[in-house]
Amino acid sequence: MQIKPILAALRRHKAGTILIALQIALTLAIVCNALFIVHERIDRVNRPTGMDESNVVVVQNRYVGSPPNFVPLIKTDVQALRSIPGVEAAYTTNSFPLRRGGWSTGIQTKPDGTKDGLPTALYFGDEQTLKALGVRLIAGRNFNPGEVVIVQPQQRPAPPQVIVTKAIVDKLFPNGDGLGKTIYLSKGKPSTIIGIVDKLTVPWIDFDHMDNVTIMPLIFNSGYQHFVIRTRPGEQDAVFKATAKTLYGVNRMRVLSEKTGVRTFDMVRSSAYETDRGMAILMSVVCGVLLAITAAGIVGLSSFWVGQRRKQIGVRRALGARRSDILSYFMTENFLIALAGVVLGVILAVGLSQWMFTHFEMKRLSFTYVLVGVVVLLGLGQVAVFAPALRASKVSPVEATRSV
Amino acid sequence: MFGYYLELALRSLRRSRALTALMILAIALGIGASMTTLTVLHVLSGDPLPGRSGSIFMPRLDPRGLRGFDLSADLPAQVTWTDGVNLLNARRAHRQALMTGGALPIQPDDPSIDPFFVSARYTSADFFGMFDTPFRYGQAWSATEDEQRAHIAVIGSELNDRLFHGENSIGRTIHANGADLRIVGVLKPWRPVPHFYDLNTTNYGAAEQVFVPLTTSRAMRLTRNGGVECWGMGSGDEDHMESASCVWLQLWVELDDAAAVASYRRFLEGYAREQVASGRYDRPARAELTNVMHLLDEQGVVPGDVRLQVWLSLGFFVVCLVNTVGLMLAKFMRRAGEVSVRRALGASRRSVFTQLLTEAGIVGLAGGFGGLAVALLGLAIVRMQPNPAAELAHLDLTMLAATFLVSLFAALAAGLVPAWRACRIPPALQLKSQ
Repeated sequence: MQIKPILAALRRHKAGTILIALQIALTLAIVCNALFIVHERIDRVNRPTGMDESNVVVVQNRYVGSPPNFVPLIKTDVQALRSIPGVEAAYTTNSFPLRRGGWSTGIQTKPDGTKDGLPTALYFGDEQTLKALGVRLIAGRNFNPGEVVIVQPQQRPAPPQVIVTKAIVDKLFPNGDGLGKTIYLSKGKPSTIIGIVDKLTVPWIDFDHMDNVTIMPLIFNSGYQHFVIRTRPGEQDAVFKATAKTLYGVNRMRVLSEKTGVRTFDMVRSSAYETDRGMAILMSVVCGVLLAITAAGIVGLSSFWVGQRRKQIGVRRALGARRSDILSYFMTENFLIALAGVVLGVILAVGLSQWMFTHFEMKRLSFTYVLVGVVVLLGLGQVAVFAPALRASKVSPVEATRSV
Repeated sequence: MFGYYLELALRSLRRSRALTALMILAIALGIGASMTTLTVLHVLSGDPLPGRSGSIFMPRLDPRGLRGFDLSADLPAQVTWTDGVNLLNARRAHRQALMTGGALPIQPDDPSIDPFFVSARYTSADFFGMFDTPFRYGQAWSATEDEQRAHIAVIGSELNDRLFHGENSIGRTIHANGADLRIVGVLKPWRPVPHFYDLNTTNYGAAEQVFVPLTTSRAMRLTRNGGVECWGMGSGDEDHMESASCVWLQLWVELDDAAAVASYRRFLEGYAREQVASGRYDRPARAELTNVMHLLDEQGVVPGDVRLQVWLSLGFFVVCLVNTVGLMLAKFMRRAGEVSVRRALGASRRSVFTQLLTEAGIVGLAGGFGGLAVALLGLAIVRMQPNPAAELAHLDLTMLAATFLVSLFAALAAGLVPAWRACRIPPALQLKSQ
């Protein structure tokens, strides 16, 4: 294939050539950054919590009225939930993964530590917590019912026994001897690590220490709490439907809000990552439309060029050029323009990524995405130009003689 | 002459329908996407108190302990009970209000309605005057009632509709967790966007539905909500919030002119120095007055995703424009013959240029209509999102006008180079080669 005559011809269509190349460059820059964002969001949305998320129902409950002690009400509710047919485990807590609200504190390893401790989320629970969440205990033991203490609102929660995640022990006791060690969650109050779970994430979706969680055997005396219920496989829907009825049956003086009162864990997950999913969808749609518009632009300009050069094509055909020569002429021409476009596009893409890195706290674009973008746009150009090029190849040699 | 150009333009546009449709579609999508995201940004970064926000300030102090001291860090956006009450009672500003958020369970008189929770704000008398809340019935309570810890409330229109079917409910009682509160005022629908006076409870959520004097709420131990930042021995223990070393209240003052601002700033700095001198503050004396818009800016209220979407849509628009320039070039150059005939018959370059730009303008207007449709659709999709700010996304008149103007200008700009090139074609050469 002769490239020189193509370049010479392009020199006579500077404006159109530059426009197509520019459009390809901009499209490449936007598309590969957008797809990178889509990828990051999808990764976030699919992050595991460490829980077995199927067959879990959660309840957000507020009691109405102000009795001095909510604990008897809470205990009655937990008993009622445990006796719903199909329920395997249930407990009351302040928070759970993806709830996007909860407590955190700093863990100290000395009773009078003054530095900021290792941040950890706090989950309240009891002997059924591990089963209800479906997390794996990798060392030590579970709580026993006698260890569950009552904590008043004015007290700082720091029970004698705690279960922590592996991430915490790895950080605090790198030698691997964390089990049985003492930590301090409140000044001067020791807590012994009696168990270690493999993985469990904090309630927030943006936190520097996603895997730092401490589970405490306690019931918090408050009019606002959550219940987490694990059902037997296949009975989640039945339990989901029965939950509100059961709780209202026990005690009407409560509010289970319409939207967040009773939810399956799937609902919790999807509402936690709603904006991320929305952003991913938006970015994908924009990419799709951009590629379509770019393709349409290429078809439009190439068709115009073919129309403009019918006579020249006819002359070439009359001088012995085969149809495939004409076809490959236009295909190559487009490839050269697209190549110039993607070279510029790669520079723009990297610049854009750098700009987003400084302004939006985003990761830098991975090179795979640039590469994929380059291939996609070169391919897109070839596909878009194929129809006009095919039409060009069908120009009959007679065209050469048509006009004066 | 313009009528003739219009006719020529329409005829030409009709001749190559696919190309015309593609140009209009590209402009419409670009404009529509940009207007959607810009409207969302415009709504989210709006002024919650138009015309007044410049004179509403948040006095800020630094009562925290020495641990983690960093002179360059922002001061807390909340105050302790002691500082809040001191500054409130000093009455050095035109108006001042101290407040915190809360939630109240409302037990309707009608036993068939289940109790429900509403968000509440515990504040002081000046809140209503300072933020210019519109009253449907009744009025704000007075400073005397603040002192008396009166069992009264101002309720929002939504709650009034729900409990009293929108009737004048002044003097009636709401039951909240055993507390009986007499209604003294009912607001008209009121929703400052963003929820600037307390960004901890919500940033774009609706305004509260029950307003109770702060003093009353503390005396009756009503449930408190919101951000609490503690240091030293401070803990968020509800029974001792008044003495705890924690910031948990929002203080706002109204200062009408520069002199009042300067004088209040001097007063606040003096106050901070006194606290340091008396040993109440461990850190060096710092005091600041931040106005509403600065605070919103500093707290980064507008989500990064929204800005990102604006940039994305603008980038998209640029690609659409480049695309349109290319298509117009193809379209105009294809008519080299026609242009040459007109030129040969005596049309000036200028009139050819004007004629081609008329064509571009028509594409622009059509693109504007298309863009409007796309933007309305886009905003409808945005409103379907469940986050509290989404329901606010509506196209206003400014954005509507902007849609058409931008579209028209974009199309004219896109037509400029192609039209210029088309009218530079030497007519003789074209005619000869045909």
